Amino acid sequence: MYDIYNFVTGPLVWVSFAILIFGSIYRLGSMYALAKKKDAVSLAYMDWKFSFRSIFNWLIPFKALGWKKNPVLTVVTYVFHICLLATPILLSAHIIMIEESWGVSWWNLPDATADIMTILVIACCAFFAGRRLLQKDVRFLTTGQDWLILAIAALPFITGFLAYHQLFNYQVMVIAHVLAGNIMIAAIPFTRISHMLFAVFTRAYIGSEFGGIRRAKDW
Amino acid sequence: MQDAASSWDWQPGERVILDSVTCGKTHQWQEEPYVASDGERLAAIVRLEDETFSMCVNGKTWESSFEKLWKPCFSPDGRLVVIAQQDGEWSLAVDGATWEEFYAYLWHPCFSADGSVIAAAIQNDGQYGMSVDGTTWSNLFDNANEYAISDNGQSTAAVVQTEAMAAADLAAFRRGVYTVAVNGEAWKNTFMNAWTPTFDAHGRKVATQVRLNLYEYSIAVDDAVWGQTYNCVWEPRFNPGTGEVVAPVRIAGAWGMAQDGKTIWDPVFFQCWHQQFSTDGKVLAAIVAPTFGEFTVAVNAKPWSTTFPVVTELTLSTDGKRAAALACNNNVDWQVVVDGTPWRGKYDMAWKPVFSADGTHVAAKVEKAGRHAVLMDGKAYKRDFEHAWDPVFSPDGSKVLIRAVDKGTFVRIVATLSDFSSRG
Amino acid sequence: MGIQERLIEDVGLREGVSRLNEDSIQKTVNAVFQGETGARLKAYAEICLRCGMCTEACHFYLSHDKDPTYAPAAKVKQTIGTLLANGGRVSPDQIYSMAQIAYSECNLCRRCVHYCPVGIDTAYMMITMRRICHKLGVTPQYIQDTAHSHSATFNQMWVKDDEWTDTLQWQEEEARDEFPDLRIPLDKEGADVYYSVIAPEPKFRTQLIYQAAAILHTAKIDWTMPAEPGWDNSDMCMFTGDFEMMGRLKRKHFESAQKLKVKRIVMGECGHAFRSVYDVGNRWAGWKHYPVPVVHSVEFFWELLTQGKIKLVSKYPGPVTLQDPCNIVRGRGLGDKLRDVIRILVDGDIVETTSNREHNLCCSAGGGVINCGPPFKNARVEACKAKADQLRATGVKTIIAPCHNCHGGLDDTVHKYELGMDIKFLGDIIYQCMERPEA
Ligand code: HEM
Ligand code: HEM
Ligand code: SF4
Ligand code: SF4
Repeated sequence: MYDIYNFVTGPLVWVSFAILIFGSIYRLGSMYALAKKKDAVSLAYMDWKFSFRSIFNWLIPFKALGWKKNPVLTVVTYVFHICLLATPILLSAHIIMIEESWGVSWWNLPDATADIMTILVIACCAFFAGRRLLQKDVRFLTTGQDWLILAIAALPFITGFLAYHQLFNYQVMVIAHVLAGNIMIAAIPFTRISHMLFAVFTRAYIGSEFGGIRRAKDW
Repeated sequence: MQDAASSWDWQPGERVILDSVTCGKTHQWQEEPYVASDGERLAAIVRLEDETFSMCVNGKTWESSFEKLWKPCFSPDGRLVVIAQQDGEWSLAVDGATWEEFYAYLWHPCFSADGSVIAAAIQNDGQYGMSVDGTTWSNLFDNANEYAISDNGQSTAAVVQTEAMAAADLAAFRRGVYTVAVNGEAWKNTFMNAWTPTFDAHGRKVATQVRLNLYEYSIAVDDAVWGQTYNCVWEPRFNPGTGEVVAPVRIAGAWGMAQDGKTIWDPVFFQCWHQQFSTDGKVLAAIVAPTFGEFTVAVNAKPWSTTFPVVTELTLSTDGKRAAALACNNNVDWQVVVDGTPWRGKYDMAWKPVFSADGTHVAAKVEKAGRHAVLMDGKAYKRDFEHAWDPVFSPDGSKVLIRAVDKGTFVRIVATLSDFSSRG
Repeated sequence: MGIQERLIEDVGLREGVSRLNEDSIQKTVNAVFQGETGARLKAYAEICLRCGMCTEACHFYLSHDKDPTYAPAAKVKQTIGTLLANGGRVSPDQIYSMAQIAYSECNLCRRCVHYCPVGIDTAYMMITMRRICHKLGVTPQYIQDTAHSHSATFNQMWVKDDEWTDTLQWQEEEARDEFPDLRIPLDKEGADVYYSVIAPEPKFRTQLIYQAAAILHTAKIDWTMPAEPGWDNSDMCMFTGDFEMMGRLKRKHFESAQKLKVKRIVMGECGHAFRSVYDVGNRWAGWKHYPVPVVHSVEFFWELLTQGKIKLVSKYPGPVTLQDPCNIVRGRGLGDKLRDVIRILVDGDIVETTSNREHNLCCSAGGGVINCGPPFKNARVEACKAKADQLRATGVKTIIAPCHNCHGGLDDTVHKYELGMDIKFLGDIIYQCMERPEA
């Protein structure tokens, strides 16, 4: 058991991060190469000012028409993404592990807060799952990939929560958690979670087209 | 034309041809002026008090007047030609006298290189074709477009529709109902589309763009299609030296140049069009875009190093050693670009550059702040004008004829090279 | 629910698919994917989160009782999405439904761009689907016929070379009863303004040419109209997916203006043609921006009215509402100028529809949908229900719509939903209210 724990918290973490970093570089690089080759006409219209104008305006909750018209989803998705990113980075358990092996540490969330954020992420995932099952248009759109990334996103939180509260078998749970966390990290470049990498550019592109050529806002 | 020019007055200096460009006869209105190549006459359509139209030439109206006149121009041999309507029918009036033949409609007057032959597109009873010096093609068609006349005036051609089509008849269109008619004789093959028929130097052969189906384009020469098809093609041109046909062709999304079906310029351009041969056919130049949004000129497939958002009006010197074109950005900041280097000034508009016969000098008309100026080798003639026409070089290239209107008078200036200062 | 239950019989589509089999389909589809699409399509297909945020954007969805198969992402899923998922191998019948979706159930209006958090351009996916359909030879009969006309005559309505100038001269003659010295100057080199129209004007709506001539004459503009093909700025090939012809049309149009050495092109009240010149056709030709500036009527009228070149003797009685044409407002930011012009022309308020300016609802005629003709008419007008509801809610009697397509679409809409509203071009109102030059 301990060996497994050591493996998943040691070499496997290196592997996952390597996949994340090199995978992301590869995905972004090859996408750019493809764009240069096949979408030169689109690239020609990329514009820094209008790219950031669009990104900035879309970062503000309820600013864009899409956010306004989907208020519940807007709240949920902001909560989800913020907690999703902030919790693991600011979690004391994680920071301690990093400090032990690297000697660096940073401010951490109080455990109770992190716990609530974890519950929020799980709740958001439940909400997303509910939409996929119950809301007609979303159900029509849903594919296996969507369930996959939802599961990948939810699992580290569910297992982390169970481990933290020492429910079920702690040992098994921690290993399951670390495994799920690793999977998520490694899955980013190669599943639809790649929206984390590409959304910036698709947003920037449409922002440039709307700002520069169509002279209209795109939010 | 150069031969004709040798008989013109090339005495340096300025001559006022008309003190006033306003027509002497009372009129309701006078339209825009046209001038003869030799600069000796200025003509404009006038609407007379009796609601008829006439041409006013150097202040005097034609004796004849018409229900309607439009599209006046001077032929290369100096005749004044205008489309004229009488009793509801149309003809071409040449120096005041119409062709004997009248048509339900007539348009697109065009000339042989020396101007001796005049042709026009015509329609009678819903049938289309051409008329050459008043003689109608023996066959007319359900429709005709894209008219052409050979340089020697011996032949005319147009794209014609060979059978009538019902409304929204996709099947007939797909079968192909268009072809080229030369002197009224339609080719045997029909195509989905045909465009820009063009003659060889002797007026004997005709090449045209064809679309074989919705996706395949090629070139047909005298009714025979190249063995090769392309994503797209543009206008073919005959090599005046060899008679070979070249056309820009699009292969896998990029443009190159093909000759008789074989690629001679690799398809590396985002765009390639308006190709042109030197007189001996040894030099082939075209307007190209090496990358998206950047245009320039390629001479024998080698693009100039400078690029511009828009390039137009490519001109080659007769020997093909030099090339000039216009460049602009969004239709302003026009520049004259010679051999890849733009002249210093930027203008609100510029006109096609003109080479002297030996290719040593280039001149062009430009416009700035509503005034026209004439440039030579990048230097401006000492004064500008309300309106000027394209400069013409003397046959020996030592003088430039400037035809211009300023302060209401029409002047004819023979300028020497030293009359062009370096103001830019 | 679903495309299978709403298939519409169209000769062009039916004959088109009858020539296909799975092999030929796969070959063509993959040739387009590999040869003509790249990172843009790939990224869009990959990162669409199937979140459904765009659903509410689309008037097809809103007008069809929230039928999820009309949602933007759903239309992508049923077309490009299915092709990608199957490696391009689908049946001819599937192509039929995909063509119907791409040509008649999306106006390429890009309203959904305002809803998608990752910036996916559904219209691009639909255009790509149309490109594939064009390559497969599966296009609705009527719009394909206009594409044929474009290729044979360089205009949309089979107007022959002589009919064009003849019509202009006829309108000039007519107008001289009212404006004795009015001219429609043909091929006048060096004019400031090249006035360009779409082919339905000389064909059916000659009074629009008359009005334009009257306005340009009154404003003392130095203008011209070309006597040769190239005069039609419209572009149905852009909408059928025939990009080669689209490029050919734009080349002809711009070179026609370049040849006449004009300063700029002013075009009539048309939306799609504007999109074609500033955004689409110019790119195929290689021009990053248009080579000759093209000024839409809305902007041109704004100039004439604010610079006092046209003065009014009366104002049009308001209140009015307006239709923001997608291609000039969401597509080119003319929403403010349009309102300025209306404020000058109308005595009374502008009552906005709920969705306005760049968030407007499309008239559901745009993007070539109206050009698909009678077979698709009922479906098209049904898709305008959401718009009809918004128009009715304004409670006014006049809609100002500076776009031919919007006019056509709203005409049918006003009729079907019994809105009892008049639809006006700006030109109609200016012509009616302007001060005539002293005779
Ligand atoms: C890659 C390796 C990872 C390791 C080694 C790791 C390790 C741990 C450990 C040791 C705990 C504490 C369990 C306890 O308190 O006994 C924990 C908790 C947690 N981890 Fe991770 N983790 C990893 C990745 C992730 C990732 C990627 C996420 C989320 C995206 C995540 C989210 C959480 C959460 C939400 C908790 C529980 C917090 C709570 O309920 O208070 N972890 N993790
Ligand atoms: C930092 C970069 C990220 C950005 C800008 C981003 C943005 C978005 C946006 C705009 C949406 C669509 C709105 C919605 O449905 O909620 C979305 C959905 C989603 N994101 Fe992210 N995201 C990021 C990172 C991540 C990561 C790291 C994950 C993790 C695993 C993730 C998982 C999801 C999931 C599962 C959904 C779908 C929700 C549903 O089922 O509707 N995102 N993201
Ligand atoms: S019609 Fe407009 S809103 Fe609907 S999918 Fe097409 S582009 Fe999007
Ligand atoms: S809003 Fe964007 S990401 Fe969401 S389903 Fe629509 S297209 Fe896809």
